[in-house]
Amino acid sequence: MRVLLRQPTRTIDVDGPMSVVKLLHRLDLSREAVLVIQDGTLVPGDAYLQDDAEIEIRPVISGGA
Amino acid sequence: MKCKVCSGPGVIDIRRHNANFCSEHFLRYCRQQVEKVIHEFRMASPGERLLVAVSGGKDSLALWDLLLELGYEADGLYVGLGIGDYSVESARQVKAFTDRFAAPRGGSLIEVDLRETYDIDVPTAAKVGKRVPCSACGLSKRHLFDKAAIDGGYDALVTGHNLDDEAAVLYGNVMRWQTAYLGRQRPHLPAENGFPRKIKPLVRLSEREMAAYCVLRGIDYQIDECPMAVGNKHLQYKAALNMAEEDTPGMKQAFYFGFLREAVDRFAPDAAAREGGQSNGEPGSDGSTNDAEGSLGLCQRCGSPTNNEVCSFCTLVERTSGHDPVPVELVRRPAKRRQR
Repeated sequence: MRVLLRQPTRTIDVDGPMSVVKLLHRLDLSREAVLVIQDGTLVPGDAYLQDDAEIEIRPVISGGA
Repeated sequence: MKCKVCSGPGVIDIRRHNANFCSEHFLRYCRQQVEKVIHEFRMASPGERLLVAVSGGKDSLALWDLLLELGYEADGLYVGLGIGDYSVESARQVKAFTDRFAAPRGGSLIEVDLRETYDIDVPTAAKVGKRVPCSACGLSKRHLFDKAAIDGGYDALVTGHNLDDEAAVLYGNVMRWQTAYLGRQRPHLPAENGFPRKIKPLVRLSEREMAAYCVLRGIDYQIDECPMAVGNKHLQYKAALNMAEEDTPGMKQAFYFGFLREAVDRFAPDAAAREGGQSNGEPGSDGSTNDAEGSLGLCQRCGSPTNNEVCSFCTLVERTSGHDPVPVELVRRPAKRRQR
């Protein structure tokens, strides 16, 4: 699957299928600190991501100035 | 994961409430939390004119959207701080939001640009004045927010401080026993001493919830963190509190609302005023002050309330204007090594 990461913005490929929880664990990310987004909506922690999925993992802390 | 309201597919879990929500009921939950806190702290009444300080970030844009959803008359205020590409992108997000979400519901945008109006920007003010960038930024924003709210005849200035922000500020103020700041850390400060009423309707909602709100409402916002804020103490305090929250969901809410319930009144405002206080340079540490400069007189330059002949903002402008702009890269904080 293709994963868009932020801060800084970059893309990585991860072999799937895989649960959201497992993906975040593999990337060493806390579920509380990020949102997983697919097709403009949120993907819950217990969802399963297919190998051809395109998702964004977005940190919840961000700015604005 | 099922929505606790309708049992439909859930999209977000909120551990401190032991609740999952679908998109529709999560958005309703956010509106209810804002309504509840506005009522609880008597922040605003229907028919009042509100001015929302918008930065292009998730909190302020979500806040403006929520107030309009709830039927409030709310305009936005954007201050161009001159933080390179970061400010350019933030301004773009604010204008796009205004066109798509605010203008159709009667909200208009007021824009103030530091460079155009005062011949300064935050990086240059920080470099010339040898200040922490967050200090120059916070000082400028507070002054311009207050001025715009007073000049525009608004009933209240509204800021997007969320639960994580307030808990982090409280943590920092307690760690250093900043009693003057503690006495003023309320989500509603009434108008006084020439300052506008200031309210923070997002204090019942977390950072994560506000980001989720924007995603589910289709609101684009500034995703990157400010390049000049990286590594500041406010972010360090948030990280410390998040570690505790992981083990004990609800800890941040208990910490902040317990303070409001049990402790804030013990730090008497008159004691706070006597101690006075200046910014410690971190965002939010004194963002809620309504009397940081006392109530003794008016600035000889701009007429704002101050206990000096010239207020802090006008002093900053006088020191900085006329200098060549300093690039962001020259005043960015050095990355610190993670300490054990």
